[in-house]
Parts: sequence; C-alpha cells; structure tokens
Amino acid sequence: MESRRDFLKTAATGAVLLGSQSKLGFAGMLDKGAENAKSKVVVAKDPALHGGSAQPDEKRVLDLLDRAIAAYTGHENPVEAWKRIVPQGKVIGLKTNGLGGKGISTHLALVLAICERLQQAGVKAGNIVVWDRNARDLEACGLTINTDPSRVRCYGSDVSGYEDRQEVWGTARIKLSKILTQECAMVIGLPILKDHVGAGVTFAMKNMYGVVDRPQDLHKGGCNPGVADLNCIPAIREKVRFTVGDALSSVYDGGPSFHPERLWYPNALIVGEDRVAVDHTAWQMIERKRAEVGMPTLEAAGHPARYIATAADKAHALGVNDPERIHLLEI
Amino acid sequence: MKFLLDSKWAVMALVLFAALPGTGCKKLKANPFPDSGAVSGWQKTSDTRTFAAKDLWQYIDGDAEQYISAGVVTTSTSDYKYQGKLEAVVDVYTMGDAAGARKILETGQTKDAKQVQLGDAAVAYAQSVIFRKGPYLVRIVAYESTADGPQALVALAHGVEAKL
Repeated sequence: MESRRDFLKTAATGAVLLGSQSKLGFAGMLDKGAENAKSKVVVAKDPALHGGSAQPDEKRVLDLLDRAIAAYTGHENPVEAWKRIVPQGKVIGLKTNGLGGKGISTHLALVLAICERLQQAGVKAGNIVVWDRNARDLEACGLTINTDPSRVRCYGSDVSGYEDRQEVWGTARIKLSKILTQECAMVIGLPILKDHVGAGVTFAMKNMYGVVDRPQDLHKGGCNPGVADLNCIPAIREKVRFTVGDALSSVYDGGPSFHPERLWYPNALIVGEDRVAVDHTAWQMIERKRAEVGMPTLEAAGHPARYIATAADKAHALGVNDPERIHLLEI
Repeated sequence: MKFLLDSKWAVMALVLFAALPGTGCKKLKANPFPDSGAVSGWQKTSDTRTFAAKDLWQYIDGDAEQYISAGVVTTSTSDYKYQGKLEAVVDVYTMGDAAGARKILETGQTKDAKQVQLGDAAVAYAQSVIFRKGPYLVRIVAYESTADGPQALVALAHGVEAKL
C-alpha cells in the first residue's frame, strides 16, 4: 500500500479519470432555494485517533476523513465522493494554518490524506497546491516546500507574492495572495480549531487572514467586521468553497498561539460548504470545552466571536448561524 | 535561506537598537539565548528571529494585540531541542517596563500553574515555563509532554534568565 507521504512525493498513479465536470454536486445546502434552507455540517469523531501519542494515527485520520466525506456527500466510496467535490483539470488549493507553530497547526496527516484522495479522484499531483502565508507556517505543519510542478506543490505567499491591486469590501482593504488569484480554481480550507484572544474563535473564515498581505489591519473590534468583510472579497467568497476543518487537537483558551496547558483533543473533523455554519459549529465546540473545565464563555471572557453573526447578516450573506438552519450531523 | 536572511535582519536590528542612545526604548541588553550545550542537553536549532512591535503580527497574529497594549518593544525567538528529541521554542518579549511584563504573566495564568523560583516571578506547567525579569517576559514552550520535560524546561529557563 502506498503511504500517505507518497502522495505528496509522486504524481498520481492509477488515478481514476473523471467522467463529469461536476463540482460540489451534492446536497450541502439542504432544501436549496427554500426560504429556510439548511446548511449541512458534519462533525466526525474518532476518540482513539491519538492513542497515547501527541500525533494522530495517519491511517485513522484517513478513515475519519472518509467517514466525514461520505456522510457529507452521501457517497460511501470516498473517491467517488471527492470527484463530486473538486472540479476536473483545475488547480485545487489546500489552505492550511501553521501560524500557531508546531504545537497547534493543521495536522500533516490530514493534508496527506486529502492529497491522497484528491489524486485518486483524478486530480494531478501538480494541480494540488498546499499553501499558507509563508515557509515557516507550512513547515510548522510538517510540510516541505516544493515548487516542482510534477509533484504536489507546497509553498507560501512569500514565494508567490501578492497582487498589486487592492481589493476593498467594507473595512477590508487588502491585497490577495497570487496563489489564490492566479493559481487556484478552488480552495479547500484546512483551518485548525483555536480559541482566539481577539476574535473569540479562529477557524474557517478567520483562516482567510492568511491569504492577504496585511491581516493586522483586520483585527480591530475583535476582528468584527474584519473577518466577515474579508470573506466577502469575491475571490475568497467564490473560490474557497469547502472546509475540512481540523479539530484533531485544539486550544480552548489563550489562542491563537500554542498554549500546551490549554490543549485538548476533540479528535474531530468539521466539514461543510457553509463557512458560517462551520464556524458556528466550531465555536460551540470551544464553548462546551470551556464550560467543561469551568471557564467563562468567550463573551464573559471579553472576546466574543461576534464576526460569525456579522457574516450571516443580510449585508454579508456568507452563510447561516441560526442553529435551526444548520443540519448538524455528528458521527 | 529565508531563515538565514531573517537572522541577518535580527543581527542588524540588534545593532541598530544598540546604536540608538537616548531613544528611551528598552532593548535586549545582550543575546539571551543560550548556545548549544550551554544548558545540559539543550541544542539551539534555529537562528534567532527578532520582530519589532509593529511586525509582531507576523509571528503571533492576533496575539500581538495583547503584547502591544502591554508595551512590547521587540520580540526575539529561537528553537531548541532537548537530547535530540524534545522540541521547544524560547520567546523573549522585551516590554517597555516591568509592569508590562507583569501584566502579561498575570493575565495568562491558569489554576494549575506551579510557582517557580526564577527571575522576578515565574510559573511552570507540564510543557511550558513563563517568567519575567525586569522588562523581559520569557515564554518557553515544548511541543510535547515527556517525563523529563518539566525539569529540562526549567533548566533552560535558568539558562536564559542568567543572560538577561
């Protein structure tokens, strides 16, 4: 059996050619078109994921990913499921988050698992770009920088640079990474779940701070409305269409930096198209953990995750945050 | 290569700060990072990177806000490894004054913090040691938990404290 790492090193072999150009052709939004349409979010867990180690078992991560994607798409065969998620013949970006350093970054095992399934679903190795702000962030995830187009590529915006043109939406005045604008047809977000001293929680939408040149300008007011405004920039709204959120490990307080004394292992993946619904689900997970250990809510602690409601309002319309409109499937 | 460049910038930054008399800015008096072998079992595994307050977001993103509001002037960081296995990072925050260092240390404490005799005040956890000394706030964090980790981290912290 080919190892996970081989899927980063080699071009796809025996990959299935796609028969259709379908993308996201599954029921992520239930009852689409209806006034009270529900957004689907899958939380897949494996309590035995870590065993006694700080690093999750690679095989179990792949199995967990398969279960999550099967539940989300309704396709038991993971390769068939991925064919319905990604477009054929296009460059697919995997936006990781390595800001927290080696202790709390997107897990290598998850990146490897997705690279493997994408290639089996017909995506050429060179059409996969694993990316983040810079080399340091990628290396924090355990990744190795590679720009060779015959293999899965992995490099940061420090290599690609940023567009000269400034994009403006609300309070967001930023320049986008050329990896997003010029390389990728679609981006899958691979954020890592963390408490955030300013924003409350950082996950799917906050991960987009890593695709712009001056994220520090978006931190005012607890990142509200910065996060929501940023996600309304057309290239982000349109290209970042799916999240495979990493909640294999997390920090429930003191983030976004790594605080090992507040580390815990949800052993979960949070999957969905609706970035607001995904973030709402992730936020609730952090709140439950804080309550479990006797900590105040994020609101009481002075850093509420207000940007999630802002992202759901009519002006931003990025998704839904009403629990009644989120079809949450926990497996 | 990038880290090599970073280290050059760090050295230049330190030289520049040293050449600015009377600015009122606190600065690192000397290199606080122990060399490999200076503390038993510890190897320094990266060049030191230094960030001015305005650039701190590049290193810790949203966390920068709390340090800036407490008056951080510069932040220097370096990676270490204990006995070739346990990886850790040492961050030295140079604050404007001792009150800034105290504010950060006291804000971040949790119930399970263990008091340690180090600098002006210090706390330790299974995978981290945080202490302050004058305007300096030092945070040492290991990436995993090992049986000998806590003792090794405190030893490294003493090595840093002696150089401040």
